[in-house]
Amino acid sequence: MARITRRTFLQYSGAGMAGILAAHRAPVFAQANTVHILRWNDFVPAADKVLREVYAPEVQKALGLKLNVETINANDIPARATSSIQSGNGPDIIMLLNNYPHLYASAAVDVSAVADEVGKAGGGIYDASAQLNKVGGKWVSMPWSVVPALIAYRKSWFEEVGAKTFPKTWKEYHEVGKKLKAAKHAIGQTLGNTFGDAPTFTYPLLWSFGGQEVDAKGKVVLNSKETVESVRFLAQFWKDAHDEGGLAWDDSNNNRAFLSGDISASLNGASIYVAALNGADKFKTEKGAPLHTDILHAPLPAGPKGAHAYHTAFNHMVMKYSKNAKGAIEFLRWAHKRENYEKWFTVQKGFAVGPTREWEKHAMWQKDPVMAPFRTAPLAQKRLMGYAGQPDKRAAEAWNKFLVTVMYAQACSGKMKPDEAVKWAAGELGKVYTGA
Amino acid sequence: MEGVTAATAAGGRRERVSRLTRLGENEKLLAAALLAPGVIILALFIAYPFVMALWFSLTSIRVGDAGEFVGLANFAKALDDTIFQMAFKNTVFYTFWATIFKLALGMWLALILNRHFRFKRIIRASMLLPFIIPTVLSAFAWRWMFDPTFSVMNWVLFHAGIITDRLPFLSSGDWAMWCAVLVNTWRGMPFFAITLLAGLQTISPDLHEAAALDGANAWHRFWHVTWPLLLPVTLVVVVFSVIQTFSDFQLIYVLTGGGPANSTHLIATYAYQIGVGSGLLGEGAALSLFMFPVLFAVVWFQLRYLKRMEAA
Repeated sequence: MARITRRTFLQYSGAGMAGILAAHRAPVFAQANTVHILRWNDFVPAADKVLREVYAPEVQKALGLKLNVETINANDIPARATSSIQSGNGPDIIMLLNNYPHLYASAAVDVSAVADEVGKAGGGIYDASAQLNKVGGKWVSMPWSVVPALIAYRKSWFEEVGAKTFPKTWKEYHEVGKKLKAAKHAIGQTLGNTFGDAPTFTYPLLWSFGGQEVDAKGKVVLNSKETVESVRFLAQFWKDAHDEGGLAWDDSNNNRAFLSGDISASLNGASIYVAALNGADKFKTEKGAPLHTDILHAPLPAGPKGAHAYHTAFNHMVMKYSKNAKGAIEFLRWAHKRENYEKWFTVQKGFAVGPTREWEKHAMWQKDPVMAPFRTAPLAQKRLMGYAGQPDKRAAEAWNKFLVTVMYAQACSGKMKPDEAVKWAAGELGKVYTGA
Repeated sequence: MEGVTAATAAGGRRERVSRLTRLGENEKLLAAALLAPGVIILALFIAYPFVMALWFSLTSIRVGDAGEFVGLANFAKALDDTIFQMAFKNTVFYTFWATIFKLALGMWLALILNRHFRFKRIIRASMLLPFIIPTVLSAFAWRWMFDPTFSVMNWVLFHAGIITDRLPFLSSGDWAMWCAVLVNTWRGMPFFAITLLAGLQTISPDLHEAAALDGANAWHRFWHVTWPLLLPVTLVVVVFSVIQTFSDFQLIYVLTGGGPANSTHLIATYAYQIGVGSGLLGEGAALSLFMFPVLFAVVWFQLRYLKRMEAA
């Protein structure tokens, strides 16, 4: 056995340290053939299993790439992205939600070639996804999926209070909600500082009453009678029909509350239904039937200015600092191939829909009519954050500060009157848009 | 030949050793050598990040964009930001009340633990548990206990017939802030208790006996004997606690995330949301630097007070 003296050790470690200092980066082992992808902890855990147990070995075989899958809480992804970009070290691909690609555009590798190929092969990428992922005419990230937000509700409890179908307008929903809360089956909705269910509820509500953050020229016009009306409506609706603990909920509280029979309805991805389906023996109605048999989905009701929706976009950005950007792009190209994407898509059972219209035609949608409303939900998404301007980095900043959600929360918690809450939010939004 | 070489080498070693000894005897050099590791660590991990934060706060740096020098614009924007104003007030409120409670309860606990009773050592050691458990873990446990839907405390109070409706532990801004103060107190109290206990044990029992013989009751003995002698230790503990509490992040981040409606944001959590979450690094740095003058003033007053006490 070779003897390592102190002198040899110092020589080698000194040389190694000098190399690290000269390169300005920590050593990354087997970097050339590894693609490190950072994603959220999927609300459908089976999908993460596909990435680790199916994709990893298959992509190793197909492209010789070692796939390193890391998953964290979605609320923590922006922090990881920021620290990775600033240090020039981190995952080769980072999953970014919504319009975050606009925030990190300068740190992205152009993936237009992959987007064009995937769009062409799949019948076109959804317009909303294109707006969220294209900056300056280039695709700075690749849309992976869209998680539609629909209201999951208890069919039997709605019927018990006289609602044979789901209410079509906010006004009707308010009336039904009052009866539900009186029957100890309140509606559950988060208005907390959280990434998904809160803004996907508050932005469409604002739009459906005719409120908007800015006009087409980017001038802040949030403080309008339409916005005040929407806030006044929700403050009353909240008191009359909601579980008021929702002010402190994150994106998982409503799932737990619904599955335990505490609430009758909640805006959500299909994760409540998918969990009830997968845990049919565990989650039951008060009559002992599997809970999933009593769940239906409906879009958000219409307000005086129509019905709107916001569905959460999940995108993959290949990072400019990556030493293996080529491998990362190849991985995305491989993952978006129909035969590969399908493996991930089918375990989602409709919780996430594909980035292109091709996936609306998949046979999976025929299996379960309860999931049918999710199939074409992205088509209903006509507006994005920052409407009627662009979903740019200012819109991302406002979204990230939860300004619209907090506006509603201030009024619902009674801390501010509706007009005060709107005035406050408009003031803060003004600072974001003018950079003051 | 070999013998000659060995002798030369031994001579060389002796010469080196004696040179090292001579250098070691030079007090200035020795002091510099001994201080160097500490200074390097402080420079790398304290001074460098601090200077970088100062620089960032004067620029429009965003994630992935170096930005440009903007002077005090980020500080002006922060002063005009109503969420920051609320976060600043919250930080002062949170620090003030948590420190008061930690001091009062820590002192009470230290006085009890200073007495002789069975299993004293085990109880003293177990009391440190809240301080030892990682904050994130304990904050998660408290979050479950305060959960808006499944709070075990609401369950107990409801089944005991004390409440008819859930208490809004985390869903009301005021309640949530007091809950945060409670958790911080629970976590920080052992530090106060153990440190004050150490201080109590340095106080000679003779002083208490003499005071008792002079007719002082328990309160008088505490106020006129224990408290003055414990004051220097108390001051140090309070300063450490104020610094830690004022810059607290983990507890609020896990417990409330700054909600509901931003009502529990502290300076640190809001600076994180802006700087790291939104990628506005310059603005985030400026927000966090608002902590510096406050903490600097606290430390300065403490050092001045201690100096005065030493002089007396």
